[in-house]
Amino acid sequence: MSHQAMQHAEDFRAGHALGLDHRKLGMWLFIASEVMFFGGLISAYLHYKYTLGFPETTDLNVVLVGINTMVLLTSSYTVVSALTAIRQGRQGRFAALLLLTILLGVAFLTGQLYEFADLYRQGVTLTSGVFGSSFFTLTGFHGLHVAVGVLWAIVTLFRGLRGTLNAEHNMAVEIFGLYWHFVDIVWIVLFTQIYLIV
Amino acid sequence: MTTASASVSWRRYFWWNTDHKVIGVQYIVTSFFFFILGGALAGLVRAELASPATDLLDGATYNQVMTNHGTLMIFLWVLPVLAGFGNYLIPLMIGARDMVFPRLNALSYWMIPPAGMLMIASFFAGGAEAGWTAYVPLSIGGPPGQTLWALSVMLLGISAIFGAINFLATVIMMRAPGLSIWRLPLFVWGMIATSTLILTATPVLTSGLIMVALDRVVGTHFFTVTSGGDPVLWQNLFWFYSHPAVYIMILPAMGIISEIFPVFARKPIFGYRMIAMSSMAIAILGLTVWAHHMFTSGMDPRLRVPYMVSSMVIAVPTGIKIFSWLATIWNGKLRLTTPMLFALGFISMFLIGGLTGIFLAAIPVDLHVHDTYFVVAHLHFVLFGGSVSAVYAGLYYWFPKITGRMYDEKIGRTHFALNFIGTNLAYLPMFIAGLMGMPRRVAAYDASFTSYNQWATLGALILAASTLPFLYNAVLSWARGPKAAANPWQALTLEWQTSSPPPPENFPEIPTATGDPYDYGEPSPAAEPAAAPAAG
Repeated sequence: MSHQAMQHAEDFRAGHALGLDHRKLGMWLFIASEVMFFGGLISAYLHYKYTLGFPETTDLNVVLVGINTMVLLTSSYTVVSALTAIRQGRQGRFAALLLLTILLGVAFLTGQLYEFADLYRQGVTLTSGVFGSSFFTLTGFHGLHVAVGVLWAIVTLFRGLRGTLNAEHNMAVEIFGLYWHFVDIVWIVLFTQIYLIV
Repeated sequence: MTTASASVSWRRYFWWNTDHKVIGVQYIVTSFFFFILGGALAGLVRAELASPATDLLDGATYNQVMTNHGTLMIFLWVLPVLAGFGNYLIPLMIGARDMVFPRLNALSYWMIPPAGMLMIASFFAGGAEAGWTAYVPLSIGGPPGQTLWALSVMLLGISAIFGAINFLATVIMMRAPGLSIWRLPLFVWGMIATSTLILTATPVLTSGLIMVALDRVVGTHFFTVTSGGDPVLWQNLFWFYSHPAVYIMILPAMGIISEIFPVFARKPIFGYRMIAMSSMAIAILGLTVWAHHMFTSGMDPRLRVPYMVSSMVIAVPTGIKIFSWLATIWNGKLRLTTPMLFALGFISMFLIGGLTGIFLAAIPVDLHVHDTYFVVAHLHFVLFGGSVSAVYAGLYYWFPKITGRMYDEKIGRTHFALNFIGTNLAYLPMFIAGLMGMPRRVAAYDASFTSYNQWATLGALILAASTLPFLYNAVLSWARGPKAAANPWQALTLEWQTSSPPPPENFPEIPTATGDPYDYGEPSPAAEPAAAPAAG
């Protein structure tokens, strides 16, 4: 072991005894705070949904958003496969799967923008009423998280292409994956609460 | 993890640095600046209230001063100064070289000066005047300063969340060999409980502030009553954070007190595990009590009772702590140094704050004294008599460790005396005025309350004066005080087992914990420290 690796092992001995990696732990804690952040936005949406009824939800395009949901769910699968690929040292397969993830993320965002534009044409906007405000804020912040995830995936892809991520060093992929799955799970909650339970 | 800065010059405190000790001092000094600023605003409030009529400030200016006083004191003084202690002490106390994410740590600190500047700038953009609670619809109308105010609080929240992630991950990952969780110093336990609360509660406030900011800037309708918006939603989101915030501001303070009593009583701490677990109990229960702030907000009356009960249950873990501290000093060989005096002051004043908190949790009492000076007195006994006393106790206790020099004991005791008299004089009369019905957040009041207000103003004057001996002592002792030994108090926790001030990366070798941190007086006083240097 190099000196640096020895110092690393010594510094994080307590955590390693628990089977933890400090970067992964940090990510989990960050996700915990994100759960509470979306919890606040979702609570506001649900509060108004059950006090005001939100008749506007019947106008939502469930088919388009359903397809979008499938797109995002599929991207979680491609991330897992990308992680498996890099762990096996299959750099090419890793790059291809991560590229696919990026494309699926972009497809989701495109679908969401199309949906937003459609609603704006029907007069449902951020400022048209309580539904518009809470709908666009909630789904918009989710979309923002997807956009951040796409940028993060692009950075991870370039690190893979440059070879700094490989069969030995791939924690960055796993941590990105944690974030991406989290964003995916949030969407499952939103899709159910906004589009399915009307 | 090379965090050492080769230069030990004072300039490092003014620039990006990843050494947790530098960051800790940056937090403490920066927040003290905001403490002075918030104190000056409190001085304006007390000056206005020295007489019943509005003679010094007009109503709107008074509201701005009072709003910014509250916000500065909570978000830019108590919260960051405790984070400063956490930064300085946690790696030292657990025998680590630094925090687990040193660069994230520096980033957390460097979000505070811009947030503070935003807060100050809001004053010049037509200041925020909706109180620190920013109740809607007050906060969605009003001058543009309110938007800057919201952004500033958001930024401070994000900084606190990053800090909490760092504290938790550091304690979980980086404890020295032998330092099992039941050997953690109680200050570290306090920071674990506080960080858990920051992580769960702060993001909810952020979501609420986003809604307020969008209502203000974009024109959304979250809180527009005419479109169906619900002001009580804001109160829920706000208090879901801001009641736990009280525990965020007191749990590390209680941790500081738990460090000080055993050292200056020369006795093992009484009920170590109970104190540690009561911090966690307060953190968890603290998330279930927020609506006791809303008994008069038109909430469903059936919901009031559960919130009353859960609020009162918090008195149990709090009582466990207070009795454990009393049992710790019982029959001890007390050394009445300045930190010990402040710790004793903490117990007496926090007790008043805590007990009146039980009054306020009782629905009928709350309906009577809601939005009166009784509430103001209660929260100042908790936050000033409690948290600020503990901060002062901690500043004196760790002064020799941080600076490598001793402070002047005589000036320290003068500071304590002034602070103790000033606090009680300023806030005790407010209880009476509140019970008699004086509303809070008013620039003018009925002449029958005059004497109580004049006592309070005199107390505030003494409090303002009390900071002068502290500043004099701190600055002069840091520059020219006598050199301090590595362990001047003969304490057993790990931060005292390295030199004062500690070298970069803290310990020549990672220490090994061999005993409990509070084994004083058994079998002979301070026979062996809790740690011995690791072999080899």
